[in-house]
Amino acid sequence: MSQKVLLTSKEIHIILHRLACQLLENHLDFSNTALIGIQPRGVFLAERLAKILKEEYKIKHIALGFLDITFFRDDFGRLDRTLTANTTEMNFLVEDKKVVFIDDVLYTGRSIRAALTAIQSFGRPAGIELLTLIDRRFSRHLPIQPNYRGRQVDAINEEKVKVMWKENDGKDIVYLVSK
Amino acid sequence: MSELSVNHLLGIKYLNEKDIKLIFETADHFKEVINRSIKKVPTLRDVTIANIFFENSTRTKLSFELAEKRLSADVVNFSASQSSVKKGETLIDTVNNILSMKVDMVVMRHPNPGAGIFLARHVNASIVNAGDGAHEHPTQALLDSYSIREKLGDVGGKNVVIVGDILHSRVALSNIFALKLQGAQVKVCGPRTLIPKHIESLGVTVETDLRKALEWCDVANMLRVQRERMDISYFPSTREYTQQFGLNKQLLNSLDKSIVVMHPGPINRGVEITSDVADSNQSIILEQVENGVAIRMAVLYLLASKIK
Repeated sequence: MSQKVLLTSKEIHIILHRLACQLLENHLDFSNTALIGIQPRGVFLAERLAKILKEEYKIKHIALGFLDITFFRDDFGRLDRTLTANTTEMNFLVEDKKVVFIDDVLYTGRSIRAALTAIQSFGRPAGIELLTLIDRRFSRHLPIQPNYRGRQVDAINEEKVKVMWKENDGKDIVYLVSK
Repeated sequence: MSELSVNHLLGIKYLNEKDIKLIFETADHFKEVINRSIKKVPTLRDVTIANIFFENSTRTKLSFELAEKRLSADVVNFSASQSSVKKGETLIDTVNNILSMKVDMVVMRHPNPGAGIFLARHVNASIVNAGDGAHEHPTQALLDSYSIREKLGDVGGKNVVIVGDILHSRVALSNIFALKLQGAQVKVCGPRTLIPKHIESLGVTVETDLRKALEWCDVANMLRVQRERMDISYFPSTREYTQQFGLNKQLLNSLDKSIVVMHPGPINRGVEITSDVADSNQSIILEQVENGVAIRMAVLYLLASKIK
């Protein structure tokens, strides 16, 4: 197994700031926007972006939620293991809000498909956008594309993109791991 | 990523501590789901579940059915009073007939102890025991422990007394197994005639004085007096039972601490528990009912994910 660095801590820092600015451009004061981190790994990215927007761009209030998609996946009963769920923390309804899904890696698009169904439990959003740190090009099973992307990567199916976050894994870094 | 150690839920006896922990953690997520304005998830949409009840049940059946529907499973209901069982069909034949209709899981209540175990050996579906005679009622025990955990933070180290008809109660046996597995101390309390011989071998203590038992405990689980299972008289009169083993407000207030009161339902108000106790803020009877749905969703989800 070998791994190569896709993004260094410095590059992640720059990308996060760019993504924050792009969000800002479309959502201005975030008064009618909800940022939703997809559990489990999208949560770190969502929290990081919310922090940048609050601290550096002085956005006072951001609706930030975490959505678990385990019970909405389309591969139930097709895996040889039981999937354990994560916590959904949605303290608001998304009715008529502009929703931004936030996840670390966009691969087949199936998680986002599940999230599109899961979010319906919380109302009918005015619109949904997608932000991902890594977009694995040419590997989609569904017609889903990000509105905001950190870095586009061409990776073959045997390879895995591993995103690590300071608060969880000790440092910010993205690896491309090949078996 | 963990999974249950069993493919059927036949009794708490067959579970381990990790299984119970996994069921509770999964139930936490489902409890959040059933408190949303849209209470449904599509997880089991290609799973068919048959609820087969050979014995009357209202709340258990309702709770299972609700849990199944909240998970988007397809549900068929079958109760013995309207069925061919009355015409002499055997248990295996009945169930095999239902399974030929491509049912994946069976939730069964049966008056004979071990009916679920028998079924699990002979049919190819995941079996959930919803009560088999005086043997086990695992989902009730799970929701009882889950409610204690929710109210007191943990089950381990707590003193729990189960009061009433221990002899005929599947709720008592499943609760004893579940509570011991999680490290609680368990006492049973009731008339001598309704306490099985050698029950101490399960690691519980026996008390025949309700006041002493209540002074010792953190939680009192008041069982229903099951008149329908009694073929002889186990105590002279209901009135006498109530005087000795009924929980009333006066007794509850005379304790030097606030204990948690539980009841698996249906309540005989004024027999094992008075109305003012059942409706007091020390009682978690309605929380038990709500948690029942979350626990059953968790059990069905975890078992269904093991169906191959």
